[in-house]
Amino acid sequence: MAQNTTVQTAGHDEHHHESPVVFGFWVYLMTDCIIFGTLFAAFAVLHNQFNGGPTGHELFEFGGLGLETALLLVSSITYGFGMIAAHKSQVSKVILWLGLTFLLGLGFVGLELREFAHMIAEGAGPDRSAFLSAFFTLVSTHGLHVTCGLIWIVTLIVQLMGTTEIPERMMNKLTCLSLFWHFLDIVWICVFTYVYLASMI
Amino acid sequence: MSNPHTSSSGESHGSVSSYIIGFVLAVVLTVLSFGVVMTHSLSPAGTLAAISALALVQVLVHLHYFLHMGGSSEQRWNNMCFVFTVAFVAILIVGTVFIMNNTAMHMMSR
Repeated sequence: MAQNTTVQTAGHDEHHHESPVVFGFWVYLMTDCIIFGTLFAAFAVLHNQFNGGPTGHELFEFGGLGLETALLLVSSITYGFGMIAAHKSQVSKVILWLGLTFLLGLGFVGLELREFAHMIAEGAGPDRSAFLSAFFTLVSTHGLHVTCGLIWIVTLIVQLMGTTEIPERMMNKLTCLSLFWHFLDIVWICVFTYVYLASMI
Repeated sequence: MSNPHTSSSGESHGSVSSYIIGFVLAVVLTVLSFGVVMTHSLSPAGTLAAISALALVQVLVHLHYFLHMGGSSEQRWNNMCFVFTVAFVAILIVGTVFIMNNTAMHMMSR
């Protein structure tokens, strides 16, 4: 009986004392932030070193960039709705929102890969100039993180399938992924502002 | 329900309305920064300043509405960690740009 109540309240009580797992993940995210900081610093130094190759102004397009940004932004809110459903222990809704987030993230990665393929085909690959090396390193590191996030979403969807409760352990996993996903959106704000828009002024 | 922290539960994981407010703010800020660049309504330096300011505000919006950062005592260590990281990254980026520009000037490479 006592155990039963614990299980039932687990969905509501887990946020009162933040789990050390979530704090540990937060510390990891902060180190990840430093990785992106170094890549942004490298890009800031190299963003004018075109070596006679194409500039950002010639390469980047508003349409694709806007669409990528929109996909990531919408995926942030769909994940948020997933977390709200998780706090209410509505497993099927969580799976639905996570699935939607996955599709939006997949769309983002697809668009980014298409953009990269297009640039490389035009002879503007990472080997063309220091600017493009810095650009590809920074943007593809972000894209790689999103890809890892997608794998993580699929993993959690599979683990959630067929369950009716969300135990605290699962809630921690969902919370960590939530932090990861929203963190990537913040990195993308800096990418579209300083890498794309600043080159298109 | 006897837990004394129940009252803070709303802000620690957000509600539908707080996510929607955050989302609308984020969309408005994104559209503004795209608009400033696409319409060329400001000078290049002004445009850069404007999109930097918009990006900063949008990062704060995301931190508050999506990552649920706040000043509660529970989040003290998270915040401390965050402040350390922000300071670290700021020194890293500003220092790198300063040193590399200075080197370039001395070597007359630009």
